[in-house]
Amino acid sequence: MIEAHGTIGSSVPRVDGRDKVTGRAKYAAEFAPEGLAYAALIESTIAAGAIRRIETASAKRAPGVLLVLTHENAPKLPYLPAKERPAVEPVAGEALRVLQDARILFNGQPIGVVVARTQSQAEYAASLVRVEYDVDTNPLTRFDPANAKPASAAAEKKGRGPESRQGDADGAFAAAAHRVDQTYVQPREHHSAMEPHATVAQWQGDKLTLWDKTQWVYNDADEIARVFGIPSESVHVINPYIGGAFGSALRTWPHVTLAALAARQSGRAVRLELSRRQLFYSIGFRPRAEQRVQLGADADGHLQALIQEAVAQTSTYEEFADATLDVPASTYASANRRTKYSLLPMNTNTPTPMRGPGHATGLIAQEIAMDELAVELGLDPIELRLRNFAERNPRKDLPWSSNGLRACYRAGAERFGWDKRSPQPRSMRSGRHLVGMGMATAMNPAPRYPSSASATLFADGTAVVRSATSDMGPGTYTAMTQIAADALGMPLAKVRFELGDSRMPIAKEHGGSTTTASIGPAVRAACAALLEKLHTVRTQFQLPQAETNDVVLRHAGLEILEAQGKAESAEEQKQYSTYSFGAVFAEVHVDPDFGTVRVARIVGAYDAGRIINPRLAHSQCIGGMVQGIGMALLEETAWDERFGRVVNANIAEYLIPVSADVIDLDAVFVPGEDTVLSSLGSKGLAELGLCGVAPALVNAVWHATKVRVRHLPVTPDKLLLAT
Amino acid sequence: MNRRNFLATALAAGSAMLTPESSAGEMSHFEPPTAAREADAVQTMTFALTINGAEHQLPETPVNTTLLDCLRDSLHLTGTKKGCGLGQCGACTVLVDGRRVKSCLCLAVMQQGKQITTIEGLGRPEGLGTPEELHPLQAAFIEHDAFQCGYCTSGQIMSGVACIHEGHAGSDDEVREWMSGNLCRCGAYTNIVAAVREVARRSASA
Ligand code: FES
Ligand code: FES
Repeated sequence: MIEAHGTIGSSVPRVDGRDKVTGRAKYAAEFAPEGLAYAALIESTIAAGAIRRIETASAKRAPGVLLVLTHENAPKLPYLPAKERPAVEPVAGEALRVLQDARILFNGQPIGVVVARTQSQAEYAASLVRVEYDVDTNPLTRFDPANAKPASAAAEKKGRGPESRQGDADGAFAAAAHRVDQTYVQPREHHSAMEPHATVAQWQGDKLTLWDKTQWVYNDADEIARVFGIPSESVHVINPYIGGAFGSALRTWPHVTLAALAARQSGRAVRLELSRRQLFYSIGFRPRAEQRVQLGADADGHLQALIQEAVAQTSTYEEFADATLDVPASTYASANRRTKYSLLPMNTNTPTPMRGPGHATGLIAQEIAMDELAVELGLDPIELRLRNFAERNPRKDLPWSSNGLRACYRAGAERFGWDKRSPQPRSMRSGRHLVGMGMATAMNPAPRYPSSASATLFADGTAVVRSATSDMGPGTYTAMTQIAADALGMPLAKVRFELGDSRMPIAKEHGGSTTTASIGPAVRAACAALLEKLHTVRTQFQLPQAETNDVVLRHAGLEILEAQGKAESAEEQKQYSTYSFGAVFAEVHVDPDFGTVRVARIVGAYDAGRIINPRLAHSQCIGGMVQGIGMALLEETAWDERFGRVVNANIAEYLIPVSADVIDLDAVFVPGEDTVLSSLGSKGLAELGLCGVAPALVNAVWHATKVRVRHLPVTPDKLLLAT
Repeated sequence: MNRRNFLATALAAGSAMLTPESSAGEMSHFEPPTAAREADAVQTMTFALTINGAEHQLPETPVNTTLLDCLRDSLHLTGTKKGCGLGQCGACTVLVDGRRVKSCLCLAVMQQGKQITTIEGLGRPEGLGTPEELHPLQAAFIEHDAFQCGYCTSGQIMSGVACIHEGHAGSDDEVREWMSGNLCRCGAYTNIVAAVREVARRSASA
């Protein structure tokens, strides 16, 4: 069902725009229940070992201090087993049980919490705590691929197993006329959302309210209920606004437990806001990955062998496995294919999904290698990709539910002016700068989850639609308001969408590019059910069709009329493979004397099915490009391998792009609807926006300089040393 | 804090870093904090601040409280955001006597007698009018979709207003340079530049 009218497909301004530009939008740390006290974390300063003694007397005496909690005085928490492992948890292992014992598993581990009357008093008191350790002298703090282990059976179950084979990849590679065999390194990276993670916890009897930065309010409630051994219904999670998260707020991290515990033990409402430095340890990160890619092709550029092996880091207490190797398994056609996935346990906090988890990483290696192969073959990079276009998903041997990748290559190349690119590297200039143009393919799965929503009509003629999803910035509020207004046949201004509350109809995580395709159909279902009820009332009271909704409600003597809706994908969908696609084009200008790279422009062409709001979708995609610029040129955790500490644990030294790094970004959407996924026709966009950006930039740098950087980020030293 | 105490503290804080190469089980050396250090605890005082044209009396406040924490925690003016508390992100930008400052790097007590403007007061100068009256730059941010999550937005807008006043919005390049103290992880930069430029052009021709 595709309407010809309505607001879907139009660029209405964000419905939450006014709240955001006036400072009225409230983020987790900004809720201040009566009697609020403030907490500060105490963290370990060794990577592995145990606490021998922890000295808290002076902290306890410091001004304003209400409570100092460590493993010595914290109550034992039930930590009940989970009914089923939440989808956002690592594939195996067990999350940190905070303050339950003396063990130290990583540097920066939370080992205590101070509660005081003000934030500065809490931080000062925390600085007075002294710790003696039994230090494990052989911590696993060095990234040594030799110590990596094959991904486990648990990872295999999620399709992230230790290996996959199709045909004889090694034989075909050895026999191939043209070969590329290289290793690519992507360093550890941090989400670095502008809003720090924060939790405000308040107990009323045995009921807990959490104002918490989370991308999944229901799971947050379930997790904390499990830890404290109370029913899920006793935990009420509220989070109307998220100041960016990009995956970091999918899990319920140990500091959320600490906030709730501190509130319970102090008898006060407590706010625990992580400092910027703590965000490098207390939440997850994108794991460092080293990948070897071997591509073999015939003289025409048809891939004969496609081999990709990845080693990525995880923690010692959990196995984080991601979808890095879905990229070589699912992007191009090849009769012979092999992947190998190993994980390296280290004394670090556990990695977690960060925008484009796995796929962004896998694409870096694959798409740089494809560029190298194009050079080897003397073939245009787009032509090489077109020749290897996969008509079906090779991994599952299923047809695509929709695939606009070829249209993306075309539309992107045209918008970018790819035809102006001279094939020779180091052949284009602008003044004294070397000019380079590069491109890469982007792809990311577009799943859909069962969801629910409610729709309520009020006697004043307005409607509220609710679902316990989230909006970390892409525009869930706006898109769902559009979908609801259209479904109800009401003007936008009369419809409000609400989210981020565990008392609302159940929804799964706001992550994995699932929200629009999952929640949208539930919103429609709820609205349809509401119209149905309205129709019944009209009939009952014999009111003419022309009578407006408010009049109908008043006639019926109703204050409100409410309906619920649920939606999930059709069985038929299992017969298809659903992905979003894109083609990213970048132009860089490189200073030949200093090796500095300026990104002159990036153009992305995307197939994400039907676009609900082109303006917001554009913002989301160019935002992904900015993060891709970070990935390609700036971002890298400086890791002290002696101590397992992040040297640059702040946002002045962990470099993320600033305004001066960004010049001209553009995104176009190729027409299309994925009606297999849902009647809405939309596919996921969020992860896709980051995918392919970094390799396109690296390929552009090669074209500008003839220097192939295989270890991100591309910093001036790497370019200068190579020339 | 005297010099000796400072050194002792610094050593204690760094001590764990020195031990991993020592033998297993050897304990980190540290000097427990002294009574003198505890006595270093900060004083409190009461004072008033003029924010968005209105006077706000503060209760007993530790003198080391930043303007940012004072706004957010004491006065519940949470439109001003905390992104780092270290002067690195710009989310906390406010105007003090018309100049942009990072409120996480200012002590609240030192702002007495100055005119502080936060995002809450931007659309209604001198505390008049209603919050519904948007400043032209607030309106331009909506128009240009110059944000996603909105967390950097207050700081961007305050900084943008000052950037225009300073005469640093004459070209896109200039805006990029002079707005680079305000990070946006959602990556709304191109739209932010467009919004600032549009308002700058309009105010120049007005
Ligand atoms: S909070 Fe002040 S600059 Fe980041
Ligand atoms: S809008 Fe999210 S950080 Fe700028």
